[in-house]
Amino acid sequence: MIRLDNVTKLYPGAAGPAVDALSLVVPEATTTALLGPSGCGKTTTLRMINRLVEPSAGRIEVAGRDVASVDPVMLRRSIGYVIQQGGLFPHMTVAQNVATVPRLLGWDAARVAARIDEMLTLIGLDPAEYRDRYPRALSGGQRQRVGVARALAGEPPVLLMDEPFGAVDPIGRERLQNELLAILRRVRKTVVVVTHDVDEALKLADHVAILDRGRLVQHAPPEEILLRPANSLVAEFVGHDRALKALALLTVAERRRPDGPPAGDRPEIAPDASLREALSRMLETGQQELSVVGGGRIALNDLFVRGDS
Amino acid sequence: MIGAAVALVVARPGEFLEALLTHVELSAAALAIAIALAVPAGIWLSRRAGATLLAVNGANVAKTVPSLAVLALMLPILGTGFLPAMVALILLALPPILINTITAIVRVDDEVVGAARAMGMTRRQTVRRIELPLAVPVVFAGIRTAAVEVVASATLASFIGGGGLGDFITAGIALSDMPELLVGALPVALLTVATELGFATLQRGLTPRGLRAGA
Repeated sequence: MIRLDNVTKLYPGAAGPAVDALSLVVPEATTTALLGPSGCGKTTTLRMINRLVEPSAGRIEVAGRDVASVDPVMLRRSIGYVIQQGGLFPHMTVAQNVATVPRLLGWDAARVAARIDEMLTLIGLDPAEYRDRYPRALSGGQRQRVGVARALAGEPPVLLMDEPFGAVDPIGRERLQNELLAILRRVRKTVVVVTHDVDEALKLADHVAILDRGRLVQHAPPEEILLRPANSLVAEFVGHDRALKALALLTVAERRRPDGPPAGDRPEIAPDASLREALSRMLETGQQELSVVGGGRIALNDLFVRGDS
Repeated sequence: MIGAAVALVVARPGEFLEALLTHVELSAAALAIAIALAVPAGIWLSRRAGATLLAVNGANVAKTVPSLAVLALMLPILGTGFLPAMVALILLALPPILINTITAIVRVDDEVVGAARAMGMTRRQTVRRIELPLAVPVVFAGIRTAAVEVVASATLASFIGGGGLGDFITAGIALSDMPELLVGALPVALLTVATELGFATLQRGLTPRGLRAGA
């Protein structure tokens, strides 16, 4: 768990605080996205958690320990960190990059070697093929994955990600996001991810914290951010198509109703498809009802979002 | 004429070898001391934004002072002989090494250094494992430039009694004795080329594999 309590960061000479009395809890084994326009304080917040930036006031706890009481170097070895483009060491092989933290922690050679292979397998790169490659011989997406492997290699309970997929093209980004979600389902980490990409935040996070000028504007699960934005700034930031975005977060199975009267040849939709896909299917076929594969049906008015907006 | 020069060397092998040895000693000592001074100074200066600019500009200006002038300036201060010649050569070698060390370290990607810090490397580990290996090729390019300049300029040490192969050249000019002149000039030329090639090879060898073309 990560707990921020009234954390403030004032840079000398700045007009206002970069982070202003921010309190936030990231529950164990969940992902929180810090979302906001540039200059909102999200990166500063992230960097205060592993003491790359020291807070001016307030208290930060990681796994119950006040980070101010821990040696920053030791603290950072216990917190995974992923940055844009991976930030890999160009003069080291993939294996040496991944081994960075385990070696700093003084693991023996056999354990480090086993961990390298384990991590590369986790991110879907064949160890035999990629172990001895240098970063320049990898694609952007592969570098980003190795960056994730390096961050996880030291078995940190906490993972910090700073715009992790910002430099990857949209298709690659979506694939990397899916892979990350799959990895996180397996390794269970407490994650804080900084992003300015609304869709990325909605997709990756269990909770989204929206910041504006150093202040927390709204902190809620993605559906709630979309359906009940705290103010006009949030509403504008998440976009005018937020109802459609909300549909993308819900699956057909969640809104399916039991079979009604048989209706001949209704178009079909898979239960794990999103409501957004269901809507698209209705628009495409001109039908207001779809059959759900495996039983049940879903109608146009089942899609209506149940928010206050 | 080259035949006559070779005959001269064969006739006085001791004198030639001594001059050659002095030349190499003078150059090597000056280069070694310049490296020992300029590399740590460069690392130190690269940490200080204001000092960095000042040092690079100062070194660039210093680089424009002709070698002969630097040697001549040593005369009133340190007199004649091996030591003043060596000091002058050190002064010549400092600017290129200093400039390249500073720029090499400043140029190391901030993201990479930031990642090292975020992984939990200490300041010292970051310098030794990340910044220095990444800076080596550029630092070495500066050392290579300095080495070639020192070997070539050591010829001028003869003017302030520093010895070396320049002695044959000055004598040859004074006596209009072309073979004598060549005994100095040819080995200096060969030595300079050999220095350039040797250091180029060394530089390639010291460049981390991940940074080499085709790795």
